[in-house]
This record gives sequence, structure tokens and C-alpha cells, in this order.
Amino acid sequence: MTPTYYLLLSALLFSLGAVGVLVRRNAIVVFMCVELMLNAVNLSLVTFARINGGLDGQVMAFFVMVVAAAEVVVGLTIIMAIFKTRRSASVDDSNLLKY
Amino acid sequence: MTTFLSQNVERLQAPEIDYGAVAPLLIVLGAACLSVLFEAFLPKVQRWAAQVVLTLLTLAAAGAGLVVYASGEGTPEQGKLTLAGTIAVDRPVIFLWGTLLLLGLGAVLLIADRSVEPGGAFVADASILPGQGSQVYKGSGSTMVQTRAHATRFGMQTEVFPLTLFALGGMMVFVAANDLLTMFIALEVLSLPLYLMCGLARRRRLLSQEAAVKYFLLGAFASAFFLYGVALLYGYAGSVKLADIANATTATDRSDTLLYAGFGLLVVGLLFKASVGPFHAWTPDVYQGSPTPVTAFMAACTKVAAFGGILRVLYGAFERSSWEWNGVLWGVAIASMVIGAVLGLTQTDVKRMIAYSSVAHAGFLLIGAISLNDQGLSGTMFYLMAYGFTTIAAFGIVSLVRNGDGEATHLSQWAGLAKRSPVVAGVFTFLLLALAGLPLTSGFVGKFVVFAAAVEAGMVPLVVIALVASAVAAFFYLRVIVLMYFSEPAPDGPTVSVPGAFTTVAITLGAAITLVLGVYPSFALDWAGAGTFIF
Repeated sequence: MTPTYYLLLSALLFSLGAVGVLVRRNAIVVFMCVELMLNAVNLSLVTFARINGGLDGQVMAFFVMVVAAAEVVVGLTIIMAIFKTRRSASVDDSNLLKY
Repeated sequence: MTTFLSQNVERLQAPEIDYGAVAPLLIVLGAACLSVLFEAFLPKVQRWAAQVVLTLLTLAAAGAGLVVYASGEGTPEQGKLTLAGTIAVDRPVIFLWGTLLLLGLGAVLLIADRSVEPGGAFVADASILPGQGSQVYKGSGSTMVQTRAHATRFGMQTEVFPLTLFALGGMMVFVAANDLLTMFIALEVLSLPLYLMCGLARRRRLLSQEAAVKYFLLGAFASAFFLYGVALLYGYAGSVKLADIANATTATDRSDTLLYAGFGLLVVGLLFKASVGPFHAWTPDVYQGSPTPVTAFMAACTKVAAFGGILRVLYGAFERSSWEWNGVLWGVAIASMVIGAVLGLTQTDVKRMIAYSSVAHAGFLLIGAISLNDQGLSGTMFYLMAYGFTTIAAFGIVSLVRNGDGEATHLSQWAGLAKRSPVVAGVFTFLLLALAGLPLTSGFVGKFVVFAAAVEAGMVPLVVIALVASAVAAFFYLRVIVLMYFSEPAPDGPTVSVPGAFTTVAITLGAAITLVLGVYPSFALDWAGAGTFIF
């Protein structure tokens, strides 16, 4: 099994996440798509670590997980605050700031 | 795999730490942790005073640590790498740290101010909703107003101080990070507090929360791009150290696809933070919706940090492959200047106008950054310093012009301001002229050194476009000046608050440095050009 397939899978997952951020309308789902992108990066990091024969990539994946967890805390707080106000988590409703 | 692991474990050595060099970092981040403990254990009435004292002391101590290190006997002239080569403390980093600490001081003074808005510009509790509790709030729609009694009784959310310190610490690591992983962690440490701070405005809660959501979602999206770029560059070079990537680009047997894709994604993440060109979409919304002191902090300090990071990455890792990417960043710089200058013309809100002006300035800064010569490095850093102080003072002034609903940011409300308050209008005029880049202001010197470096690097067409863009941008600054001086004030127009000591000091600091850097720039230029990056 060549590691290249994992890189392709990772690129696919990353693209799916990016497309999801652009087309989905619920802030929570948008945020989940960002998390999917981060996890796609983790897969890349681990695969590259395997290809390069080092451990750096695996260690970096742990860093990314910790950062992603911190981001969840902050992100859900912000989304929850605006949900309490608007009773909706749709990113289309946040349209007061424009032009 | 197990033998592989155990061999590595035996070779692991604890890295050398030069505590003197990283003292400013440790002080800022340590004080941020202490500040969190203050939030947890001090009674609510004491918190504001304790936090302000702690934050100001921290900035002073970090500044003192920086001065002692920079002027110390044993300090290597070119700087040194510490913490296993992940942090570089060289001359540009010392300059940027000093700039960040001074700009942070200005921003903290604006954040701490309670005289302009009773109780401070921040909500008493971040969970307060717009319209919650009708006896506490009056007004309707998105411009809820807390009563004065409530504001003075409950004060403000003092958690904004630890958040500021964490963000500042992240920015300082970001400009000094010598490998891409450290840079990513620093990026998040500086961004996450800023997302939260955006949502803390006392007035116009809904706009503030909306700004926080937009900044967070787009910021997280951009940092995912940054991170994928890091991963691809790791795959390309087998390491995330800037020097290793630079070495890898000279070898010919590696996949260029990984290099270009990685570089592109990495730079998108960085340009997003610096609010450059086509990646600026969040900037006007977030600048407008955030509490004005936070906008000042973001506009000044984030710009310095992001461009510090861009400079380090371009010089450290990609200088030798510059032929491949130079054209793309030319396009980005042009797009940024044109977008900022043209869309700035159509703005009717003063905060949004300054936001578009910051997009145009980001284009000018990028010209300096892609010059890739010593003048470009020192010129860009000087420009960052000049722009940061001007913009802090400008947002300080914006926070003073108020009506019953809070800040009166619509430009029509600024008509005839010079008749109401000649001093405020005069200072704002000076700052706008500095943003436009007129002589005797720091903006002129900044543009001059950056454009001179670009001409030196053979980018004459880019400089011509930049000059046209700054002429267009000058129009919307002058429009505000004309509005303030030659229009009749509206009868129900805004009043100009008399600022308390904190805001006065912040505005004076910003305006004074704008003037000093315009009249006598040579000391700062020498300081900025004292050395180059080490990797």
C-alpha cells in the first residue's frame, strides 16, 4: 500500500471540508467542516512522517489536535452567544454588517 | 518502529533556553496566566484596578527586559536562536517586539478607559444578550443601550485583559517563530483571544457578536489553509524549520508541486491575518462591529504580527525560490491596493473607511515585503510601526465622537466636527494626513522607504500603481477633512466626549510618534535597519 493514497484521501477530505465551509449555511456545520479540514491535515502530517521516516509529523498532529480542541471551545462559545440572541445559527442571518 | 523510537529517546536532550532573550515573551505569557487567576479569585469590585495595574506593569517589565537584553554586553550582535531553534531573537525581532509592546500599551490604555463610555467599552458579562431584561436595558433593535446605573454598577468584563495579554504574547511568538509549527501555534494563540474580544462590545451587542462569528469562521478557515500549507511543506522538505525549507528549495530532486501548493496555502493563511487584498473580506465587518479599542488593537498589533511573520517566512524559507512566486504576490499587492483605495471611496462609516484604508496599506506593506532586500525589510518594519501608531490614535479619536446610542461612526454625523471640537478635529486631520502619506508625517516616510526599496528591487511598475492607489486613497481621507471643516454641524449631531487620562495618553502617544517619525525618522530607520533575520 503506497502512502500516496493517504495523501490523496487527505486532499479529498480537505477539499470536502473547504467546499462544506463555502456551501453550508449552519454555523455549527461550517465549523465542523473546518474541523474536517484540520483532521485532513493531520492525516497528511502522519503520512508524510511515514514517508520521511521521522516522527516530527506525528508530533505535529498532536499539536494540531490540541489547537483544534481549543478552537472548538472558543468557536462554540461564540456561536452559542449569537444563537441565544437570534435563535438561529444560520450564517445567512448575520447580515447586519455590510457595505 | 519500537527500536527506532528507543534510539531516538536516548538521543533526546533538553533544549538550551536563553532566558534573557525570551524574557519579554515569558513575562507577557506568565502575566496572562496570572491575570486569569485574578479573574478567578479576586472579588468583582477589585478586578478592574488589579487587571489594569498588572497589564501595565507587565508591558513595562517586558519592555524593560527587552531593552536590557538588546543593549546587554553579552548579546550577540546578529541575534541568536533559542529553544531548540524554534525562536529566533535577532534585530528585526527585537524591533518588532518593541513595536508590539508599545502598540499594546496604547491599545491597553484604550481598552481600560472608563471615562468615555460609563463603565468601559466592554459589556459587564459576555453572556448578556441584546434586549435581555427590559429594566436593565432600554432601546430596541440591534442598538441596545444599558442604563448608566447598570453600567457603573457592574463595570466591564475584565477578562478582556488576560485575553489581550495572551493575544500579545501570541503575536510576539509569531514574529519570532523560526519554524512553521511554532508559527501555527502562535497564530492560534493570537487569534483565539481576538475572536472572543470582538464579541464583547457593550453597545450594539448584536453587531459585535456578528463580527465575532464572522471573524471566527473565516479565521478558522484561513488557519486550516495555513496548516495544510505547513503539512505540504513538511512533505516537501521533511522538516518545518524555515532554514531546512530554504535548503530544500535549492535541491532539484524534490516535487515542485508540493512546494508551490504548500507555499500558496501557507501564504493565503498569512495574508488573511494581515487583511491583504482579496483575502480582506472579514476586515471591514470585523473592524466595524468590534468594540473600538479592540479594533485599534487588531488593526495595529495584528498587522505588525502578521507582516512580521510574512517577512520572516519570505526571507527565511522562500527567498531562493522568489522567481516562482514573485508574480503572484505582485498581483496580490495590486489587488489589495486597488480594492482598499476604490472601495474606501464608497464607505459611509468611519470605522469601515479606516478598515479599507488598512487593506490599501497592507498592499503597500506587501510591496516592501516582496522587495526581498535589506531596505525592504527595514522599510516594511518602519512602515508597520508608523501605521500602527497612527491607527491606534485614529481609533482613539473615533471612540470620542458619540451620541445617545454610543459611538457616532456614520460619516454624515461627523459634519462640522471642527466647530464643535477644534482640537479633536485637528488631531484627526493630522492622523488622516499621515494615513494619506503627506510629508511631515510618519506615513510619508514609511511610503518613501518602502517604495525606494521596491524601486531598488526593480519593481517600478508596482510602485507606479502604488502611487496612483495612494492618490486615490488620499481622496477619501480628504473628504472626511472637508466634511469636518467645511460643513455645518447637524443640530442633533454627536458630541465629543472629553477623554479621561487613559484615552488621552493613548491618542497623544499615537499622534506624537506619528509626528516624530515624520519629522525625525532617522533614529527609527537606523533601529529598523540594525540587522537582518537569522535562521
